[in-house]
Amino acid sequence: MVQMEWYLVLSTFMMFAGIYGFFTRRNLLTMLISIELILNSVDINFAVFNRFLFPEQLEGVFFTIFAIGVSAAETAVAIAIIINIYRNMKNIQVRNLDKIKEE
Amino acid sequence: MEYTILLLILPLLSFLLLGLLGSYMKPKVAGIIGTLSLVGIAVVSYLTAYNYFAAGRNAEGVFPTLMPHNWKWLPFGEGLSIDLGVMLDPISVMMLVVISTVSLMVHIYSLGYTKGERGFQRYYAFLSLFTMSMLGLVVATNIFQMYIFWELVGVSSYLLIGFYYTKPAAIAASKKAFIVTRFADLGFLIGILIYGFYTGTFSFEPNTAHLISAGAMIPLALSLMFVGGAGKSAMFPLHIWLPDAMEGPTPVSALIHAATMVVAGVFLVARMFPLFIDYAPEVLPWIAYIGAFTALYAAAVACVQSDIKRVLAFSTISQIGFMMVALGVSTSMDPHNGGLGYMASMFHLFTHAMFKALLFLGAGSIIHAVHSNEMSAMGGLRRYMPVTHITFLIACLAIAGIWPLSGFFSKDEILAACFDFSPLMGWTMTAIAGMTAFYMFRLYYCIFWGKENKELHKAHTPKESPLTMTLPLMILAVITCVAGFIPFGEFVSSNGTAYHIHIDATTATISLVVAMCSIALATLVYARSKQPIAEALATRFSGLHTAAYNRFYIDKAWLFVTKQIIFRCISTPIAWFDKHIIDGFFNMSARCTAYLAEKIKWMQNSHIQQYCIWFLAGTVVLTIILLIL
Repeated sequence: MVQMEWYLVLSTFMMFAGIYGFFTRRNLLTMLISIELILNSVDINFAVFNRFLFPEQLEGVFFTIFAIGVSAAETAVAIAIIINIYRNMKNIQVRNLDKIKEE
Repeated sequence: MEYTILLLILPLLSFLLLGLLGSYMKPKVAGIIGTLSLVGIAVVSYLTAYNYFAAGRNAEGVFPTLMPHNWKWLPFGEGLSIDLGVMLDPISVMMLVVISTVSLMVHIYSLGYTKGERGFQRYYAFLSLFTMSMLGLVVATNIFQMYIFWELVGVSSYLLIGFYYTKPAAIAASKKAFIVTRFADLGFLIGILIYGFYTGTFSFEPNTAHLISAGAMIPLALSLMFVGGAGKSAMFPLHIWLPDAMEGPTPVSALIHAATMVVAGVFLVARMFPLFIDYAPEVLPWIAYIGAFTALYAAAVACVQSDIKRVLAFSTISQIGFMMVALGVSTSMDPHNGGLGYMASMFHLFTHAMFKALLFLGAGSIIHAVHSNEMSAMGGLRRYMPVTHITFLIACLAIAGIWPLSGFFSKDEILAACFDFSPLMGWTMTAIAGMTAFYMFRLYYCIFWGKENKELHKAHTPKESPLTMTLPLMILAVITCVAGFIPFGEFVSSNGTAYHIHIDATTATISLVVAMCSIALATLVYARSKQPIAEALATRFSGLHTAAYNRFYIDKAWLFVTKQIIFRCISTPIAWFDKHIIDGFFNMSARCTAYLAEKIKWMQNSHIQQYCIWFLAGTVVLTIILLIL
């Protein structure tokens, strides 16, 4: 059986990969994907802790499902915003966003 | 007697109806609604008076004090609460009759007088409001309810003085009346609070033990209440608002500034009279001195004024001075032994309300005919206005104190009470009564005889007023003729027991002789079309004449005190402090915030990844802090 630590190592790796991607990427879509990575790592943590520490309860699992739903909604909003930005500026480079405030 | 609550509900409903829906009505409809509600109030008042006095005296030989309604309104705990209700005792029932009679007459009269004026509906709404407040004041079950309605009459007085709100003089007069009486009411309020604090109640009959333990605070509280009463009743030096209040419509002057509201101060002292006698007997003589001085001052000023309403205003001040004197010279509760003044004061209040309302309504009729307040526009009017002339003459004779008109009887009781107090007071008041007769007949002759302003009368012939105006004059004249024969002492006396009024032959003779001499003097000076004696006197004593004409510069003195001393030395520094210190502090904090915001504006640069770095750095710092602690 896979040890609990392996799951945690995986989720930590995903988390920092996400943070790294969020800071270094210049494209809004890849930044969004990085955010999804961070969120998913947290979801994994919830599920793992629930599974190994409190196997007779289900709160962690439910919270994971709930967080997935919220992140789906958030992604939809973010993509809608990105599409609008694209329509206005014809690109989705994050450094162009400071032009929004001047218009 | 539960139906007495109608006395407050009827005028309130009429006020709400006319005030809210008046602009949708024809003026005439509004006037008729207001008058009909007043007819209802008058009927209820007379019924109340009849039932109250017909119910008879109780075992102690007094008319019982009834409280058909008394609700706890604002409880403060420990038995101290503000109640609202209806209280009936001889003086409040007497006031009900006075107020509803005069108010009804004024309502009918106004149908003719203010016909065609703009704001006719508003006028009737305010009249209803005033009637409600005044009735609430006299039936108050406790001092605080009285204070609430006291302020309400002040408000309605303010609204009605400023009725012609396009006239700057009327606006100034209404503000003056409101501010001066409010200033005096501050004393009243402090008096009430001291009274309530030391006696533990606002009712008129507190616990005797509390009163005794309060010691010197009760005289203080009662004196402060008298200050409030002096403001409302235009006692010197707070009288300055009343002559200016004549800018309002004349029927309003008759109702509020002659018959009812201005006697509220007298009513207040009468209401607190048992407490004055038992716990503050040293205050009463001062009330008498203030009243006597006011009466003298106002009578002197009234002798030289040229605006007929101003003459009547000063005459009112003088007569209220008489009522105050009568209360002040009382030394005991027993009407046979020093307590006569109470009954005399209430009797004079009653008769004065009738004949002074008659005088004002008559003056209104004259002003209606010649469109001026000045005596110079009048003279010789007896040929044009017979009804006004006769009724005005009756009222003048009554106020001068000629038998058998009502003023004779009440003034005689006051003079008898003054002679009981001290001969000096008696002779002073007799002399003032003589001055009263003189200036009233000066007024009478200058209006109806004297020098006629032929040019003006040719251009615009004065004619008798319509029946709506002359009918109230006739009714009031009849009341003035017969009111003296009411056995008033049987209904109202200081300790409540029956007092049989008897005319003291010496006092009556003296006062009659003095009044006759004064009238004869006025006839000699003013009756003919040429008035050489008056002019000679005016030039001979020109300094005195000018001073009296300018009301002895009391208004100027007040202006000096307020403008030069209070405004300049107190208000201006306070305004500076408010503007620069208080406002400055907040302005400074606002400027600091703005400055700070300007300085950190660069952080909002819409570089999302920079925000994230700040966020991450913050998180890391917080984590480190948490780990270290």
